[in-house]
Parts: sequence; structure tokens; C-alpha cells
Amino acid sequence: MKKNKITPYKVISVIILCVVAFTFVFPFYWIITGAFKSQSVAIALPPEWFPTEPTLANFERLFKNPALQWMLNTVLMALGSMLLVCGTASLCGYALAKKRFYGQSIVFGLIICAMALPKQVVLVPLVRMMANLRLRWLYYAIGVVAVIALVMIVVTAVKNSYNWLPAEARRDWKVKDYLFHLLVAAIAVLAVVYLVVLFMPGGLIVKTKENTPMTDTLWAVILPTVGWPFGVFLMKQFSETIPNEILEAARIDGAGELNTFLTVVCPIIKPGFGALAIFTFINTWNDYFLQLIMLQSRANLTISLGIATLQAEFATNYGLMMAGAALGAVPIVAIFLIFQKFFTQGITMGAVKG
Amino acid sequence: MAKTPARLNSHALKRHETVVAYLFMLPALFFFAAFVILPMVMGVVTSLFNYTMKNPVSAETFIGLKNYIDLFQDKTFLRAMLNTLILVVVTVPAVTLFSLWVSSAIYQMKEGVRSFFRCVFYLPVVTGTVAVVVVWKWMFDGYSGILNYVLSALGLIDKNIMWLGDTRFAIWCIILIMFTTYVGQPIVLYVAALGNVDQSLVEAAQVDGATDLQVFWKIKWPQVMPTTLYIVVITTINTFQCFSLIQLLTSGGPEGTTNTVMYYLYTNAFSLYKYGYANSMGVVLAIIIAILSAIQFKVMSKDVSY
Repeated sequence: MKKNKITPYKVISVIILCVVAFTFVFPFYWIITGAFKSQSVAIALPPEWFPTEPTLANFERLFKNPALQWMLNTVLMALGSMLLVCGTASLCGYALAKKRFYGQSIVFGLIICAMALPKQVVLVPLVRMMANLRLRWLYYAIGVVAVIALVMIVVTAVKNSYNWLPAEARRDWKVKDYLFHLLVAAIAVLAVVYLVVLFMPGGLIVKTKENTPMTDTLWAVILPTVGWPFGVFLMKQFSETIPNEILEAARIDGAGELNTFLTVVCPIIKPGFGALAIFTFINTWNDYFLQLIMLQSRANLTISLGIATLQAEFATNYGLMMAGAALGAVPIVAIFLIFQKFFTQGITMGAVKG
Repeated sequence: MAKTPARLNSHALKRHETVVAYLFMLPALFFFAAFVILPMVMGVVTSLFNYTMKNPVSAETFIGLKNYIDLFQDKTFLRAMLNTLILVVVTVPAVTLFSLWVSSAIYQMKEGVRSFFRCVFYLPVVTGTVAVVVVWKWMFDGYSGILNYVLSALGLIDKNIMWLGDTRFAIWCIILIMFTTYVGQPIVLYVAALGNVDQSLVEAAQVDGATDLQVFWKIKWPQVMPTTLYIVVITTINTFQCFSLIQLLTSGGPEGTTNTVMYYLYTNAFSLYKYGYANSMGVVLAIIIAILSAIQFKVMSKDVSY
């Protein structure tokens, strides 16, 4: 029941709003048009509002610097953080919201306290920590986790296929033997694959020198992002909305804990996944400070860092810088516009009930 | 599959749930402990040591609170703190009031228009500081910038001003850019909060003949108060951490007028390699922000029930 009276105040406020909105859109517009201007046109006064002689020279020059590599790094970094954050935070947020366990208030209190502290304060020690961590250890850890996960999947699959057999077949020892051999064989194959991937000539471990530190790799940016507990908090907020009756019903049906999470909880908190995924992706993409202190060598930079480096090298070549900025900004703005509903939801859910 | 017996005593149930819950939380808590808690502790500990490039880790010496004492006698640090406070005092009210005004102007518009404006004001945040700065750098450029061009065309100035190189203007340029990159989130929050305002109260007041201004101050303002506090605190925290604009535009200059605590911390840690000293700065910053956050949580938990 809104009243839509047109008062002078409303007219004036809409006009002001449009003017201000224009100044907010302008930088983005200027980046995109500027990307197609030559150096002399880009700094011409009066400015050329639309490039009359569009040129691709800026992009050519940009790609000679490894701008594509930078893009690839940025995408890998943002995707990696996004997947890890969604996985760990949803599990943890669900447990915090729906389980009653010892130490609950301590864990939750720690998370809230950490969220209220400035992120950047922990970053100086973090850089030294990353310099002491070896990339090799990470590969071992990933390998172990992967094998555990795969073994669990295989065991579940074999167990399920046994349960689905008709009753007379279940009593047949030959079938049981057959399934057991299948299980052992599958685990053995996985272990061999793991060892081969790690240790074969050109494999991860062999390629990684004994002392390669974690700094100057994308991991150094991804891991701290995953540690930041905002995602856990957000997923806890979303998990609160799951009706207890559904979880109860799943338990009575005999579903295991992990099974309940995957088949009952995950579909309900889907909007939470959307919000967290898009939030993490955009924030990681734009987290300039973390990238700046962790990454150094030219081939490992992200697009933001790359543009900043170019700014230092070609201080007055605005055309080139605009092209770089466009390369970094256009994909992320497009993603934002497509998923903005999720994004807005993430911001409001992550705050108001704080 | 064994079904959980219907009548399990509550302790056994809680014990079972504890195991399950910690298994669920294990991955997140591992990353949290390793990459947030541990560095935090390390930061506090290192702030008590004298660590420089000449003094490698093995020769690190314990100096107690000397870093903190030095800190409060360091003129550059005090200047940086003052600049940071100026940024906070100007930016926080400006961002809060502006976002409140924009939100109250747009929250009753049609859904499409509303989300259009919301996106527009969020655009600079998403575009990323580095990309936005490229444009602002051009606008403020002393020779080929549009600002000087427009102002001299209007006859307001007779010679070009080096906006970012002038001690009088540099910090205001930073504040202006900061403002445009900070209002996005508050607007989203305010639009949501205003949408949740109890509409029956508003209508009742209007029936009783209250003016729009009265409705706003007496009904809407108290109900969006928790959101306002949240916005004030996050904007304050963000402003205290202001770094990338400084690093990209002025490097703390001219004459230290745009040096912020965060930028000074960065130069100490990564250019001068004074890790201990930098960490003591980080701890001071964290304490200030922790106090502000504590105040917010206290006030909010009091206000949140309506």
C-alpha cells in the first residue's frame, strides 16, 4: 500500500540521484572506452567521450606482458578459494547451527571475535609463515586427503551395491567375495595412481624443489582466504532456516550424518551456497593487499597486481592502463550483474543478525 | 544401518553429536586455526621482538614493550594515526548519511529500478580499487586531467593544480575516492532494513497526520538503528584499514599528509623489514578496532529486540 504522490521533494531527489549515479558509473564507462584509445587520444583535452578511432594496440601490448597468464592466475585463485570456502564453511556452519555439542559457545565466540578484528593485521605474520611452509608439504597433504575421500567413496559405493542386491544373492558367499576383491582392487588402483601422480618423472613432487616456499604461489592467497571465518558465519545463518523436523525425519529413516548433509541439508541451503560463492569470488578477485604481499614474480601476478605493476612502469600511458583495468573489471562486473540477487542476499544475511 | 534408539539419554546423545560436529567442523577449523589464530598469536609475540634484516630470525632479540614505546614517540606514526582519524571522522558520517538518504529515496521504488540503483552504487566496489584508481588518477592528473580542465574552463582556477601532489588537497582526493568505493554495502543493508520497517506503524502514523519527516525520525530511524550501528562500525574498520588507495595514488605523500597507519605498517614490514615494529602497529590497530567492535556488539544486543 504505497502512496505514489509526486511531490517536489521526490522529483528533486530523483534528479540528484541520477546525477550521483552517473558519477558512479562514469569510471567504469571510461575504463571500457579508454581501453580502445591510443595514448595521445586518451589524454586529449577536451576528452573524447567515445573513441572515434578505436584501436586494439593497447590489448596487443598488454598480451605481450603476460596479461593472459595474469587472468588465468586470477580465475584459478578465485575459483580455488570459492570451492574450498563453500565446502568447508557449509559443513562447519551446518554443525554450528544444528548440532548441540561441547565447546559450541567457545568455537562460535572465537569465530565472531575473529570477524570483528581487522583482517590485515594478521597478514604480516602470515607472510613469514608462508615463507616457512614448503609447497611440497601441501601436495602431500592434498594427496592424503584425496586418497581418504576416494577410499570413503569406494567403500560407500561397494556397501550400497551390496545392500541393493536381492536377499538370496546377499546370502551367496561368492558375491560377497567378489565385492570384497573389487573393494581391495579399487583402493590399490587409487593408491598407485596417487603415487604415480606424485612421484613420476615430471610429477608434482619431483618438479617441486625441496625448499620451494609457499609464498609467490597462488596457494599463499587461497589458504588465508579459506581460513577467514565470514563464510562459516554466513552458512550458519542459512543453516538456521533448516526445519528440525526434516533432519529428524532423515535420522529416523536411518540416513547417516554425511548422507543427511549431502541429500537433505545441501538442497535447502542452496541460496547460501550461491551467496557465499559469489561473495568469495568477487572479494578474492579484488583482494589487492593480500595478493600484493604474497605474490612477486611477474608470471605469478594476478590481474590487479599486473595493472598496478604496469601503472608503475608506464605511468602516463592511460590507454594501456585502461585496457588492463578493463580486462580485470569487465569479467567480474559481468559475474556480479548476473548473480547480484545472491550477492545482495549474502550481504544482508551476513550482517543484520550479527 | 543401525538406527539411533529413540530414547538415548541426553548425555550420550550430546557426546555422539559432539564427535560428529567436530568432524564436520574439522576442515574449516583447521584453516581457521592455521591461517587466522596462529598468525594472530605470532603477530602479538613478534611485536615484542626486535627483528630487522640485519638481525635474522636466529638473532631475534626480546625487547619487551620497546616497540610500543617507540611507536608512540614516532612522529611519522602519530602523523599517520592522525591522518587515519581524519579519514574516519570525515568518511564514516558521510558514508552513513549518504547511504541512508539514497536508500530511503529508492527503497519504495519498483523492484527493477531499486536493484538498478543498488548495482550502480555497488559498481565501484566490484570494479576493484586498482581499476577504479586508474580513472581517478587521470581525473586528478595535473597536466592532462579533466578536473583542472573543467575548473579552468569555468574560470574557477587560473593555473593547473597538482591535486595529488598538493598537501592541501591530496587527502581530500583520497576521501572522495574512498567514499565512492565504500557506500555500496551500506546502501544494500539500508534498503533491506527499511524494507523490514513495520508498515502498519507507518500507516497508523500517517492516518494520525504525521508528516514524512516525523514518520522518518519517530518510526523508521529507531527501527534501522541496529543497521546504522553495524554500518558505522564496518565503515570505521574499513577506513582504518585503508591501504590500496594510498599505495596506488600517493605512496603516503606529499610530506606524509596521506600516510595512514596501514600504509606505514606495510612500508615498515615489507620495505624496511622491521617485522616486530610493524606487528606492534598491527596490534595497536587491532586493539582500537576491537574496542569499537565491542561497543557495537554491546549496543546492538541491547537495541536489537523490538
